[in-house]
Amino acid sequence: MIRKIALSALTALCLATGGAFAAGGAGKVTDYDFSFEGPFGTYDQMQLQRGLQVYTEICAACHGLQYVPFRALGYDGGPHLPEDQVRAYAAFYEVYDAEIDDWRPATPTDYFPESGLENAPDLSLMAKARAGFSGPYGLGLNQLFRGMGGAEYIASVLTGYNGSEKEEAGALLYGNDAFGGYLSMGPPLWGDDVEYEDGSPTDIESIAKDVSAFLMWTAEPELNARKEAGFIAVLFLSILSVLLYLTNKRIWAPIKKGKASSPAE
Amino acid sequence: MAGIPHDHYEPTTGAEKWLHRRLPIVGLLYDTLMIPTPKNLNWMWIWGIVLVFCLVLQIVTGIVLVMHYTPDTTLAFASIEHIMRDVNGGYMLRYLHMNGASLFFIAVYAHIFRGLYYGSYKEPREVTWIIGILIYVLMMGTAFMGYVLPWGQMSFWGATVITGLFGAIPFVGEALQTWLLGGPAVDNATLTRFFSLHYLLPFLIAGLVIVHVWAFHHTGNNNPTGVEVRRTSKEEAEKDTVPFWPYFVIKDMFALAVILAVFFAIVGFMPNYLGHPDNYIEANALQTPAHIVPEWYFLPFYAILRAFTDEVWIVIIANVLTGGIIDAKFFGVLAMFGAIVVMALAPWLDTSSVRSGRYRPMFKWWFWLLVVDFFVLMWLGAMPAEEPYNTMSLIASTYWFAYFLVILPLLGVIEKPLPQPETIEQDFDEHVAKTKGGAGEAAPTPAE
Repeated sequence: MIRKIALSALTALCLATGGAFAAGGAGKVTDYDFSFEGPFGTYDQMQLQRGLQVYTEICAACHGLQYVPFRALGYDGGPHLPEDQVRAYAAFYEVYDAEIDDWRPATPTDYFPESGLENAPDLSLMAKARAGFSGPYGLGLNQLFRGMGGAEYIASVLTGYNGSEKEEAGALLYGNDAFGGYLSMGPPLWGDDVEYEDGSPTDIESIAKDVSAFLMWTAEPELNARKEAGFIAVLFLSILSVLLYLTNKRIWAPIKKGKASSPAE
Repeated sequence: MAGIPHDHYEPTTGAEKWLHRRLPIVGLLYDTLMIPTPKNLNWMWIWGIVLVFCLVLQIVTGIVLVMHYTPDTTLAFASIEHIMRDVNGGYMLRYLHMNGASLFFIAVYAHIFRGLYYGSYKEPREVTWIIGILIYVLMMGTAFMGYVLPWGQMSFWGATVITGLFGAIPFVGEALQTWLLGGPAVDNATLTRFFSLHYLLPFLIAGLVIVHVWAFHHTGNNNPTGVEVRRTSKEEAEKDTVPFWPYFVIKDMFALAVILAVFFAIVGFMPNYLGHPDNYIEANALQTPAHIVPEWYFLPFYAILRAFTDEVWIVIIANVLTGGIIDAKFFGVLAMFGAIVVMALAPWLDTSSVRSGRYRPMFKWWFWLLVVDFFVLMWLGAMPAEEPYNTMSLIASTYWFAYFLVILPLLGVIEKPLPQPETIEQDFDEHVAKTKGGAGEAAPTPAE
C-alpha cells in the first residue's frame, strides 16, 4: 500500500499521518526531548536561531514558509532577532512586488517565499500537520502522556533514512524508517551540514532537532504566550473554584442541617 | 400560571411600579431566577449551565473570529493563519472556539444521558425533551459546518463525505446534494453557504434554549428521585424546593469554575489534541486523505452509519423488499438519523411508570450498557472500515436501537420497581442532609 502512494513527497507525506492512523504501517518515531514540551515548556531562543540557520541553508532550497512573515523572527517568544538583523535577513530574499511590477529585496513585512519545488510541501504548519502519528489506536495517547508531536516526527524523518533506494516511475525514492516507506526527498542532513556561531554540536541529531524546533515555532508561534495565558487562567479558576466551593457550602449549610423545612431567603 | 406555587415579584418603589405596569420584565427575570427548584438535585444537574455558558462562549468568540475570517476557498485557510499569528489574542479566540465545541458536546452528552437515566424525558416533560433533541441536532449541523470553514483537508473531505450522504437518498438524492452544495462538488459556493448558516444556526439554538428553559420552568425540574414537587400549597412546595438563586446558581457556578479550569488547561497546554492534524493542511480536491474521520463528537453516529454494509442480512432484506431502492448506503443514512429519532421517541417508547432509574433495578443495567455502547461506538467510529471493527459496529449499533425499541418498552412491563420516597423532602433528609431524621421508612409509592 505504501508503495503505491509514494508517488510524490507531498502525497506520501500526507498519507503517512493517515497511514499511521489506519493500518499501523507507520514507521518508528523517536521521542526526542524538546524544551517546549509540557505545560511549562517554552521555546529555546538559541535553538530557534540555530534552526533558522539550518532552514535557511538547507531546507529553504526547496521548501517554503508562506505563512510566516519575516517580522515574526524578531518577536518575543520566537528567535527574537534584533530589528536590524531581521531587516538584513529579509533583504536576503527577493519578492515580487505587484505595485512596481518587479522583484525587489524583501522587507520585514513580507513573507517567506513559497516552496520553490513543486513537490516540496510548505513547512509553515508541518509540525502541527504531522502531530497525528501517535497511537495507540489513533487515540493520540503518546501525544497526551509523552508530549510526542510533529516536532518529534520531523526530527525522526530527518534522521530516519536507512540508505535503501528504489526507482519508481522514473523517480528515485529513499527509504526512511520514521516514515515507514520511501520518500522522494533524499536525505537532507548528513551531520556537520552547518556551522553554528555559538559552537553548538552539529551532529545530525542535533541539527535535526534544531530545525524541528524551529518548524514547531513556525507552526505555533504563540506557544509561549498561549501557555502563559493557560496557566494564569487555570490558576485564577482554581482559586475561584475554592471560593465558590466555600460559598456554596456555607449557603447550603442551613438547608442541609437536619430536617430543614424552611427555605432560607 | 400552573407550575410550583411560590412568591412572585412585587414592585415596591414608584419607578418599579411604573415599569411593571407597562412591561413586567423585572417580574419575569425575578420569577425565572427565583424559580423553586427541587433541593435534592445532584451534580448531574449542572450541565445545563455549562451548556448555556458554551453557547455564549461560542457566539462571542465566533463573532470576533468572523471579523478576521474570509469565507473564500483561496483565502479561508490563510485567514485562519492570519488569526493565529497576527490578530491580537487571535490564537486564544480560535482555540477557545475550537475546543469550546468539544466542551459543548461533552456537556450535551452528559446532559442527555442524565435525562435518560433519571427519566427526565417522561410525562410531562416530553416537549422539553423534544426541543432538547432539536437543539442537539442543530448543534451537530452548526459544528459540522463550522469545521468546514478553516478549509483544511479534513474540512473539505469531511464535507464531501457527509454531504454525500444526502446523495444516497433515492430519486432526489443527487439533486438534493447539488442543491446543498451549490454545485456538483464541495467548492466556494459550499463554503460561503456553510459560513452563512454557521453564523445563523447558533441564534436559532439560542431561541430554542429559551423555549427549552421555559418548558421545564413550567413543568418544574425533574430530580434524582423522579418524584414531583408537592404543589398543593406554597408551604408544602417550599419543603421540597429551594429558590434557584442563590442555591443552585452558586452550586452551578462552582461546577462551572472547576470544568473551566480543566477546559483552560486543554486550551492552554494542548489545544490541538482533539482536532485532526490533517486540518493544518490546506484543502486539496486532488488528494484524498487515507482515512477521513469526523470530529470525535460525531464518531458514535458515524460508526452507526458505516455499520450497515451490504453484507448485513437486514440490509439485504430491505434491499430486496424495496426492489433495490434502499441500498446499503441509504440504509446507513437511515440508521444514522434513526439513531437520533429513536432517542427523541424515548418518552413514548419507555413504558415504565417509574421515572427515575434509581428505583428501576433492571433498567439500571441496560442504561449503563447503553453508556458503554456509546463509547464503544465512538471508538469504532475512529477505526478503519475493516474487520473486526465492522462486526463490532454492527453489534454496538444494534444495541443502540434495541435499547430504545425493545428494552425500554419491555422493561416497563416486566420490571418490578423499588419503592420510591414519598416526597423530595424525605429523599433529601435521608441522603443529603447531615443529621438523618427518620431514615429507613421509605414507603412504597406508586409512581407519578
